[in-house]
Amino acid sequence: MDAEMLDILFQFLKAFVVGGGICLIAQIIINFTDLTAGKILVFFMLAGVALTAIGLYQPLVDFAGAGATVPISGFGYLLASGAMKGAEKGFFSAITGSLAAASAGVTAAVVFAFLMALIFKSRTKRN
Amino acid sequence: MTGKTSENFNKNYLNYVKTQDPPTQHFKNCAAAFGVGGLICCIGQFIRYMLQYAGLSGDELAGATSIVLIFLGCFLTGLGVYDRIGRYAGAGSIVPITGFANSVTSPAIEFKTEGWIYGMAAKMFTVAGAIIVFGVFSGVLVGLIYLFV
Amino acid sequence: MKKGNTIFFENAPCITSFAAICGSKEKEGVLGSFADITLEDDMYEESTFEKAECKMLSTVVSLAMQKGGYTEKDMDVLISGDLLNQIISASFAARDFEFPFLGVYSACSTMSESILLGAALVNAGYIRRAVAATGSHFASAERQYRYPLELGCTRPPQAQWTVTGAGGCVITDEKSGIKVVNGTLGKVCDFGVTDVNNMGAAMAPAAADTIMQHFKDTGTEPSDYDMILTGDLGALGSRILKDLTWEKGYDISENHVDCGEIVYKVIEKEFQGGSGAGCSATVLNSYIFSKMQAGLYKRILFAATGALLSTVSSGQGESIPCISHAVQLEV
Repeated sequence: MDAEMLDILFQFLKAFVVGGGICLIAQIIINFTDLTAGKILVFFMLAGVALTAIGLYQPLVDFAGAGATVPISGFGYLLASGAMKGAEKGFFSAITGSLAAASAGVTAAVVFAFLMALIFKSRTKRN
Repeated sequence: MTGKTSENFNKNYLNYVKTQDPPTQHFKNCAAAFGVGGLICCIGQFIRYMLQYAGLSGDELAGATSIVLIFLGCFLTGLGVYDRIGRYAGAGSIVPITGFANSVTSPAIEFKTEGWIYGMAAKMFTVAGAIIVFGVFSGVLVGLIYLFV
Repeated sequence: MKKGNTIFFENAPCITSFAAICGSKEKEGVLGSFADITLEDDMYEESTFEKAECKMLSTVVSLAMQKGGYTEKDMDVLISGDLLNQIISASFAARDFEFPFLGVYSACSTMSESILLGAALVNAGYIRRAVAATGSHFASAERQYRYPLELGCTRPPQAQWTVTGAGGCVITDEKSGIKVVNGTLGKVCDFGVTDVNNMGAAMAPAAADTIMQHFKDTGTEPSDYDMILTGDLGALGSRILKDLTWEKGYDISENHVDCGEIVYKVIEKEFQGGSGAGCSATVLNSYIFSKMQAGLYKRILFAATGALLSTVSSGQGESIPCISHAVQLEV
């Protein structure tokens, strides 16, 4: 096996461990408190924003790749890093930078949710 | 029974209820969350490699990866599969970006019976709206702090 | 006649006919062989779950009348309620019928409240026949009280499963069938439980209060009954109820049965059983009444419990007030 292949495999392993680890922390919080899914999402997103702002999340992204960007804290990272980049350009970009960076995700969510609502119906559950 | 007595009384009862609660299966929950969460991130990594191979890079690559993942989350929600994964995996499927897609799509599908405008569209963000609100607010805050500090 | 909180029906109004309908998940349990109609598809050939719930209720009312050989002209009133906002299922089902309608809301204890009210009206001689019916639907209740169906959230092990089903019975002044002997009106009890997933723990004190009040007022003992039937406490709530009554000197562990516990195969590590207005309604109007008619049970105390919360109240951090009404049934 050549070195590049090994590198890719190692990258997958890192993504698995870091991404799984973030979910594990969330699960432990759910187990020991009565936070609902919506609150967990908000707190993790805010944690992503805060960690990015103090410069701790960027190294994690560099290290784990998708393991750090796929969890919702990665969405926070996107918002915060967009704002930080915008701040370098001036006042206006500092305000719009965060949502501009996250626009792909929000747009995709709205468009696909709309399309799914056109096609599918919610169904009752049996278990 | 009012005031202080009822407070003490309630506290006793709640403590008693806590002893009767079925135990949370910590290990099983956490293992499922870790496994599924890690797997979704690996799928994200895989998509990233594929898109990189297709010639994308930088911000475009990151954006396209999350668009594909969000599509998968929405589609599985529509098929009625994602909530099953969620019941099993807990935070493992809530925390990844696919969980965000799920929380946008599920109300959209659910409330379309109340009309397209006030039902589907207006209630689309009943769960996920909080993420956008706090996200935008904290993002602006971070931008302003970086601008002035 | 009234003693304490219990009203005694001297003229003993009788339940002459009953009907129940249940969903596809419920069919696999005890209800499958006792309910009159079991649904293959919980949509019940309607476009929305709310319409399906409404249709179940309406079907159950006409089926109960049909089984007793009554027509709409014979009926004096329909007493019904359900879990949805502004009890729409019951009111919308009532527009199918040409006789008066009284809407009641008592959450999951709607069945015992409507039997109690119907029996009281018949006993007093104001009316001759009343239909008491209620129902619930998993999908509509889930949207009303929790999250959209497709949202991937976990269920804590304390949670219960809303029963898809409806049940109804005809209460008449005829002297045949299952007698409604007396009824105990419940007080609202609130022991400060705020966890909306733990309904059993919230409702158990209300059930204990009403059941013990009933024993006190009627001078009976738990052993005088073949069965003490609660509505939807679930496995956890039932355990708490037994503890609470035992503490006060009533041992009901021998003959206590919970509808929520018998409607599904309960795995306590995963969920506690059935809940919802339809839970006690379907079990009572199929399994229990059939067994009573066959003479297997002679005397039953039916105390369904209801949690009187709304998403607004729990959003504002209020605890969950609960109620339980009891009726004593005899053959």
